[in-house]
Amino acid sequence: MRDFFPAFIVIIPMTISLLAPLVGRISKVFLRLLTMFGFFLSVIFSAIVLRETLTVGNVYYNFGNWEAPYGIEYVIDPLGATIAVMVSFIALLIVIYSREFFKDEGWLKNAAYYSLFGLMVTGLLGMTVSGDAFNLYVFLEISSLSTYALIALGGPRGTVAAFKYLLIGTVGASLYLFSVAYLYGITGTLNFADMSERILPLMDSPAMILIVILLFLGLGIKMALFPLHMWLPDAHSYAPYPLSAFMSGVLIKVPAYVMIRYYFFIFDVNHAVLQNVLQIAGILAAIGIVYGSVMAIAQTEFKRMLAYSSVAGIGYVVMGMSMGNAYGMIGAVFHIFNHAFMKVALFFIAGGIKQKFDHIKIDEFKGLLKKMPVSMYSFLILAFSMIGLPPTAGFFSKWYLVNGALQEGLWFFIVVIVVSSVLNAVYFFRIIEFAFLNKEEKERKCKIQSRFELPLSMLMPIVVMTLLVLALGIFNADFVSAILTSVVPEVIK
Amino acid sequence: MINFLSTLIYGLIVVMFLLGFYGIMTKNNLIKKLIAMNIMQISIIFFFITLGLKLDATIPVELPGVVNVDAYINPLPHALMLTAIVVSLSTTGVALALMIRIKNFLNTIEEDEILRRMEE
Repeated sequence: MRDFFPAFIVIIPMTISLLAPLVGRISKVFLRLLTMFGFFLSVIFSAIVLRETLTVGNVYYNFGNWEAPYGIEYVIDPLGATIAVMVSFIALLIVIYSREFFKDEGWLKNAAYYSLFGLMVTGLLGMTVSGDAFNLYVFLEISSLSTYALIALGGPRGTVAAFKYLLIGTVGASLYLFSVAYLYGITGTLNFADMSERILPLMDSPAMILIVILLFLGLGIKMALFPLHMWLPDAHSYAPYPLSAFMSGVLIKVPAYVMIRYYFFIFDVNHAVLQNVLQIAGILAAIGIVYGSVMAIAQTEFKRMLAYSSVAGIGYVVMGMSMGNAYGMIGAVFHIFNHAFMKVALFFIAGGIKQKFDHIKIDEFKGLLKKMPVSMYSFLILAFSMIGLPPTAGFFSKWYLVNGALQEGLWFFIVVIVVSSVLNAVYFFRIIEFAFLNKEEKERKCKIQSRFELPLSMLMPIVVMTLLVLALGIFNADFVSAILTSVVPEVIK
Repeated sequence: MINFLSTLIYGLIVVMFLLGFYGIMTKNNLIKKLIAMNIMQISIIFFFITLGLKLDATIPVELPGVVNVDAYINPLPHALMLTAIVVSLSTTGVALALMIRIKNFLNTIEEDEILRRMEE
């Protein structure tokens, strides 16, 4: 039974999402419970697998008992397992949070939403566990296709944004497939473990330059790295709120993980080709951090502001990766976690304000503290984490990034991190000022009645995420020594 | 000359890929953008199929009398491309469904018109 756990991580959400339309016809409550149960099982299984990878080593699963490299293999290393735990845990919270947004809709829209959401999570989980280049492409497309359909739930603007994302996303996936074709052409294998052995003598071949660049462009589009982020602001701001949270927190992080896996675990990262590409990636990431923060300041809508700040967030991850040392890598992976928790919680708060008062503009937030104290204090903690003030988690990931930059003597990166913290402070203190210091100007119309400031299904995920951000900050040393030190690739230890 | 002809196909594939990319970037009509996207995807399918090409070899089914492994072609690229075709098909399907919704909402599928009507 234990041998099948790696497969269960993917198979359970997939089964649930395929059952969802049938169950949704019978009862909406049962549909939600079933989806929650499915993701809960995914969390459990990925946590068990994570524990096993940390104590025993990589976990393997061969499909249909075909030995790798001939059959398709799932390989889970500590990095993949931690990302899988994060993906399934956030998916579980999103399902809990989604209740208020779809409870007045018909059964078909509910069933479609949960079914597509389940498929999207299946794709992302598949990307974290797959050990086969082409299998990874299929999972990438599963998650992308369901994302396109889900964004279109956000009305006319959402549909146009979804179409735009579909075109750009397909270009990204095609570029990835192109690089897989080259890899298959020169190595004759698609299995990652096999490929990493066969590629070493071929690192000098001119095809490698193309492969690395195509991978960078393809995955760069998928993770919205500056300047390939054109699809992100529209898609994030017009999608339904729970979905924007998931996209910003998780969807753009998994391609970053795939890039880490290719560059550090399969290719020889010390080779000149990769060093050059990583250097360019670092510079683009630095520009992206500043650009995202500046654009976020210019926005008047809360959700669009968060969307631009995601461009900055992915910049930190790529910057940490491009440093090519252990501190940088720990900082990058730590930031994947922090940013996922912070951004998801911030989008949750944005959605809460929208559902309760129908506010989307920042200057409508005046005196919101009196009406929504718990959300606003959570917002305060999350804003501190985004800026990078101790003891929140955001400080520590930036601390590791600064350490990594110091080790390589990259002063430019340190300046960028400090500048972006200041810019973050500018756009978050604007909201803090409106919500905490300004008086309420006019009476607000409350759209939903509930015992607490928000229905429990919305308030609970916000509080859980905020506590997690605090916990990650306070117990950061334990988190890093228990998990993150083992995700660092051998080559840069 | 032989050398030129055997590499020509790769050049044509790259041209086809860039043609598709050019169409996605410059065309105004969403259907034309979608056709360009399909051209781009098909160029990659061609690329895989070309990689699987082998002269003087037969289909990958065990034939009586043919015992040498080198006499069979590699079936893997073709199998992979069947999956890629399915992916391309479903992408097209989703795109067409989105386009019908755009047409219903805004009554146009010209990109500049869409942008203008969304401003209002």
